[in-house]
Amino acid sequence: MEVWALQLFNGLSLSSILLLTALGLALSFGLMNVINLAHGEFIMVGAYTTYALQQVASHYTGDPQAGVTFLIAIPASFITAAAAGYLVENTVIRFLYRRPLDTLLATWGVGLFLQQLARSIFGAPNVQVVAPAWLSSTVSITSGLLLPMKRIFIIGLVLACLGGLYWYMYRSNEGRRMRGVMQNREMAASLGVSTRRVDSFTFALGSGLAGVAGCALTLIGPIGPSLGTFYIVDAFIVVILGGLGQIPGTIMAALIIGILNTLFEFGTTAVVGKVLVFAMVILFLQWKPAGLMRARGR
Amino acid sequence: MRYEEPLLTIRDLTVGYGQSMVLNDVALDVPEGQAVCLLGRNGVGKTTLLKSIMGLLNPRAGQVKFAQSDLTRWPPHRRARAGFGYVPQGRHVFPYLSVHDNLLMGLEAADGQESKSDALDRMYDLFPALKTYQRKVAGTLSGGQQQQLALARALIRRPSLLLLDEPTEGIQPSIVQEIQELLQRLRDRQETTILLVEQFLDFALGLADYCYVMEKGAIVLEGTARDLDQNLVREYVAV
Repeated sequence: MEVWALQLFNGLSLSSILLLTALGLALSFGLMNVINLAHGEFIMVGAYTTYALQQVASHYTGDPQAGVTFLIAIPASFITAAAAGYLVENTVIRFLYRRPLDTLLATWGVGLFLQQLARSIFGAPNVQVVAPAWLSSTVSITSGLLLPMKRIFIIGLVLACLGGLYWYMYRSNEGRRMRGVMQNREMAASLGVSTRRVDSFTFALGSGLAGVAGCALTLIGPIGPSLGTFYIVDAFIVVILGGLGQIPGTIMAALIIGILNTLFEFGTTAVVGKVLVFAMVILFLQWKPAGLMRARGR
Repeated sequence: MRYEEPLLTIRDLTVGYGQSMVLNDVALDVPEGQAVCLLGRNGVGKTTLLKSIMGLLNPRAGQVKFAQSDLTRWPPHRRARAGFGYVPQGRHVFPYLSVHDNLLMGLEAADGQESKSDALDRMYDLFPALKTYQRKVAGTLSGGQQQQLALARALIRRPSLLLLDEPTEGIQPSIVQEIQELLQRLRDRQETTILLVEQFLDFALGLADYCYVMEKGAIVLEGTARDLDQNLVREYVAV
């Protein structure tokens, strides 16, 4: 019983990271129909921002084991990755709307460029971020069930991001513009909405969320310049399974894939587990090509 | 009464999709404070002309002038901010936004002189049905209610030029009547200048000061509503 509870919890934790990564992709696809292969690199940007902040902290305190102050690192990762996304959208992607193949190639190139940039600045080997002491503890639910604090923290962080995203989309003026443009781009423009600006903001928001995912990933393992490539494929699978551009579908898909992945891995090995999950997704998409949620036709 | 310089002037406008030409050398004037009507059968280019005026289609050649500025190359959102209010054919309300949020979208181009809640109240007074449904998602409204919403969304920011594309199409007669009376009132009080695309001849001729008739992408007949030979117009519009 406790073994299963732990597996479920691990699955939930994996889901939350997947979700944070996939949300940005879902936004840029839902709004702009852009498939952004450089999205994984924004995760990497967020992770290295956290690493750099920790380096700065240990430099000033003189303690090489000084933990990251997440209160600063999370917003900093968001802002850095969002700024990078804003820059990429304004210099590359905006010229390639309605040209999907060119966008794929260009964003792939941008991804490679960003990876090389990270290698030049931080070096090719992986680096490790020191977690603060309070995150290294465990919480015991029962005598046999110990949950790592880090994982609980990540789940909480993702819930907070979801809450923030919900507020932005459904309660703010900027979010109303964004939903308007998603539902009818021409009409929104005819009412005075600058669709260019909405596109830029949305892309930056998605990139920023990927940055937060990167910040969270520093708690799980070492980070390297190609960190993003490990997560981008799974994130794409989540977005496609959820139904393109559907936020509720994306949430559901992230939960399903994260939990299934962990459960299958538990019964078999990591590789077999992944193969099983992908096989199930492919079968599901044969049955329902639109994914879990039908795209809003228009 | 015609002004020296009309509010909206279209000259030599040529628009096409791909290889085919949809509008050919169209010229049209809309004087300030008047209602101008554009008549014609389906597919003669009326909607294309309105979309080109709104900036949703780029012309191959020609000029669109509004209040003395040439805005031929302006994007739609700048035209909206210059004072255009657009009610497209098929209404195009935002289906997953509430009535309230749809109206707020209409305030995107507002100059900010009136508070948002005052502007909303003004529209709810004008269309009491919308007030009842303000929390409902616009896609669930009936066609007539959606048309009222599309009108309110355009009127809420007090446009200086109102572009209407077949506002009576496919709507129950009681609401057509209401819309007619509302437009008549707007015209009589000279609150806004109107360019109306219509196939419903009696409605159009009753409202308009001046009429243009289109056929195959060009203006073939024009004149004041009183002087136009109604039988000839009917021939052009009849299916």
